[in-house]
Amino acid sequence: MSNVIEVRNLSKQYRIGGVKTRNETFREFLVNTLKRPLRSFSNSENSGRDQSFWALRDVNFDVAQGEVVGIIGRNGAGKSTLLKIISRITDPTDGYIKVRGRLASLLEVGTGFHPELTGRENIFLNGAILGMSRTEIISKFDEIVAFSEIEQFLDTPVKRYSSGMYIRLAFAVAAHLNPEILVVDEVLAVGDMAFQKKCLGKMNDVSRSGRTILFVSHNISAIEHLCQRGIVLTHGNLAFSGTAKEAVQYYMHRAMGDGDTGTSGNFVDLSHAPGRWAQRRPLLRQLEFCPEDGKSLKAGVRVGAPLTIRVHFILPSPTSSFDIGLGFENLLGQRVFTAHTAFEPGRDHNQVTGPQVFVCEIPSLTFVPGEYVLRVWMDIGQVEVDKIDNAARFEVIPSDYYGTGKSPWNGIFVLKHHWSLVNPKETSEYAASEALPAIKPPLS
Amino acid sequence: MATTELVIKPRKGWQPFDFREAFLYRELLAFLIWRDIKIRYRQTLLGGLWSILQPLAGTLIFVLVFNRWAGVHSDGPPYSLFAFAGLAPWTFFSNSVTNSSNSLLASQQLVSRVYFPRIFIPLGTIGALLLDLTISLAVLGCMMIYYHWALSAKVLLLPIFLIGTIMAASGIGFAFSALNVLFRDVKYMVPFLLQMGLFITPVIYPVRYVPSRWQTLFGLNPMSGMVLGFRYCLLGSPVYWPLVLTSLLMCLILFFAGLMLFRRIERLFADVI
Repeated sequence: MSNVIEVRNLSKQYRIGGVKTRNETFREFLVNTLKRPLRSFSNSENSGRDQSFWALRDVNFDVAQGEVVGIIGRNGAGKSTLLKIISRITDPTDGYIKVRGRLASLLEVGTGFHPELTGRENIFLNGAILGMSRTEIISKFDEIVAFSEIEQFLDTPVKRYSSGMYIRLAFAVAAHLNPEILVVDEVLAVGDMAFQKKCLGKMNDVSRSGRTILFVSHNISAIEHLCQRGIVLTHGNLAFSGTAKEAVQYYMHRAMGDGDTGTSGNFVDLSHAPGRWAQRRPLLRQLEFCPEDGKSLKAGVRVGAPLTIRVHFILPSPTSSFDIGLGFENLLGQRVFTAHTAFEPGRDHNQVTGPQVFVCEIPSLTFVPGEYVLRVWMDIGQVEVDKIDNAARFEVIPSDYYGTGKSPWNGIFVLKHHWSLVNPKETSEYAASEALPAIKPPLS
Repeated sequence: MATTELVIKPRKGWQPFDFREAFLYRELLAFLIWRDIKIRYRQTLLGGLWSILQPLAGTLIFVLVFNRWAGVHSDGPPYSLFAFAGLAPWTFFSNSVTNSSNSLLASQQLVSRVYFPRIFIPLGTIGALLLDLTISLAVLGCMMIYYHWALSAKVLLLPIFLIGTIMAASGIGFAFSALNVLFRDVKYMVPFLLQMGLFITPVIYPVRYVPSRWQTLFGLNPMSGMVLGFRYCLLGSPVYWPLVLTSLLMCLILFFAGLMLFRRIERLFADVI
């Protein structure tokens, strides 16, 4: 197999002065230019180091034809910069990428949509912007419209669309792109569940047809399902490259912080969690899992077994109004269960501050076997202050929950329930029906 | 594989213009022009009528203020024909420069999200304005019929001045749109420059009002020669060739200088915009 993408020593440097405090006006530019010699004279030691950062540093990898590669990394790891360079939106500072074949990139759905134009007009415009020819759009027009499910609004300006309709139309156009190499960024994070599944399905079809795909997502289960290979970026460096499964494991491993605590893997250090949302304070410090009988979490939690999760966090100032939430999601990204301190009756604390531990006891974890990821978040005074996706991952393993040796696989959770076979004559309904005329079988 | 190999590497300094790529993307340029035309008069009552009303109203004001009250006279044809024939290319030029200067900033989302030849953004806005120019020329035709002013064979030279006007407008538009990404000052400078331009271009007054030793110098303003050329081709007005040729040369220089400046700054767009 030949390589369709070759990335060599790719680096991208952003000047902080060139991004955040850019010269907004010509006057500032003049003033700064005049000041520059003075500045470099006065503090030449520090300024050089502080004024730039490397969004990407010496990244090397190859993508073979037909491969579906997932790129994983926390916010600011350089994923988007990498895609922007491959898409030719911005230049690298050093190194190069060789691309063989027609490449289309989808860094956002609905790029170039104009609110004043109708759905029909936007299909053409957006298609052209994404690199489709007019004849190509015409030939796929009906398919696009059918996929988007907005037939009756085709001649309405998209500014009157609901956000859902807008996204559906935008994705429908994008989904019908037919390049040899497709670069996709995070676009599945939008739209409702049913439509997301449809899009994942469409992407699956595309990848099966032998096209090369580069895919960035926070949805690690999507990466695991769609991609063959995975690349993990941390701080602009390529930290790992391997199969998608290994890459996700590597990423999660870092998230779990096993290397740091060393012990049984029941502690998850959250202080540098890769899944922490932007602009959140790192107040959630640690998750501590206490499965039954002091077992290791790595061994998995048996269906129906108790699980205790201790959340270590910090309250920066005295307060009595704070909450912790734990969201359990399965690999389809479905929220299976939410545990929240607000659900605890009769909760009433004094004002506290500093390090705290909230203990969540689940007497019986009744999820069907499979892998689950945990989202954890924290509110102070009803304001969300910290939130971490993919904070931890654990496996629920089969057990003899029903005491029959039969293990449940389907569905989402198990529930204690009972079946009994009774003599029909003993039920009250039977007695009642006896009093009525016998039910005749329908004429056939 | 028959497909071409693309190498993405740092670009430094002056870049040649990639005509092959522009040709590959030509359909997109057509779509961008079509979009601009489609949205220009959306949700207006008069719609496309505006492209006729604007130069007509301008002409009316010029006739009243300069011809009737200030006593400015044309160089032969009725003043309203004279003013309109000058106003048509000037309006096109002025709108082109205004719209294209702001075009990149208005298309921020496109610039930072998808790749295509960036030059199409200012070029598309100018292309869309060509429709307005065509409409105003049709209106001029009607006015000429009304005034019984005959068209001569000189009209065959019109394409030269049309292309000259487009080149001048594009060159300045390229440069301003690119500079506007770096320095927002351009946004405030453009209306002022255009206002000044109207007075140093013989749109309202005939060129004989300009002292003859200044006339060739006047040609450094590319639109001076273009306005004279338009009048020469359409109305048969007298023309001062040294001025016109200087202007034509300026149109060429501006076009290529603007294009080069655009290509030079282009690689910074996504990072800076």
